[in-house]
Amino acid sequence: MIRVQEQDFDIGKELAALTGGNTAIGGLAVFVGLVRDIAGGSDIQAMTLEHYPAMTEKMLAEIEAEARERWPLEASLIIHRYGRLEPGDQIVLVAAASAHRDAAFEACQFLMDWLKTKAPFWKLEETDAGAQWVDARSSDDAAAARWVKQDPDAAE
Amino acid sequence: MRGKRKKTDVKLLYFAWLKTKTGLSEEDVSPPENVATVGELLTWLEGRGPEFADALSDRDAIRVAVNQAFAKNSDPIGPNDEVALFPPVTGG
Repeated sequence: MIRVQEQDFDIGKELAALTGGNTAIGGLAVFVGLVRDIAGGSDIQAMTLEHYPAMTEKMLAEIEAEARERWPLEASLIIHRYGRLEPGDQIVLVAAASAHRDAAFEACQFLMDWLKTKAPFWKLEETDAGAQWVDARSSDDAAAARWVKQDPDAAE
Repeated sequence: MRGKRKKTDVKLLYFAWLKTKTGLSEEDVSPPENVATVGELLTWLEGRGPEFADALSDRDAIRVAVNQAFAKNSDPIGPNDEVALFPPVTGG
């Protein structure tokens, strides 16, 4: 399930709803992204997340579908917020549930790594020096690249 | 003139600093008929004025989506396509 919303989310309620009634689930891995108060040495007062609604929904659905194809997941969830957020606020929730922990951990990390480089969100940080668009990080590209499937013929 | 093919309109969307630099969030444009790919569209846009030339000067810093899917410079632009220009994404 994917959701893109302005309002906050309650992690406990979301996870209970995600796993409720499914006793095949033996492991649930969760990642929550929060707004930091410092970036690149500047104090952050707030940030505004802009997105491209039609494409955001499409990309998140594709990323989730890819995870479900790669791992035997019983349930999965991506919630991403947009709008103005302050330090300490929750930005994103990603959860993956499976019979065993390996699939849950891996799928959760995959979902975040691909979301970081494929979902059309942009952060505008408010600092003492004014508002600045956040630059993409090459480390995020590297993190996403490790999940790119190798051509099986090339490995031989 | 009757029977003449109507010029193709493309809907352009701008996000993040591309919106700031161009001063636009969206617009409908009718590029000339020799503009058939994403790369040709960017080059044509660049020639529209100083704010576009500035916004599009660093091509490596720009990502393009055609109809909500990431596109390459060589990908075609078709009638009534929605073309979005934005910097590399920074969500999560």
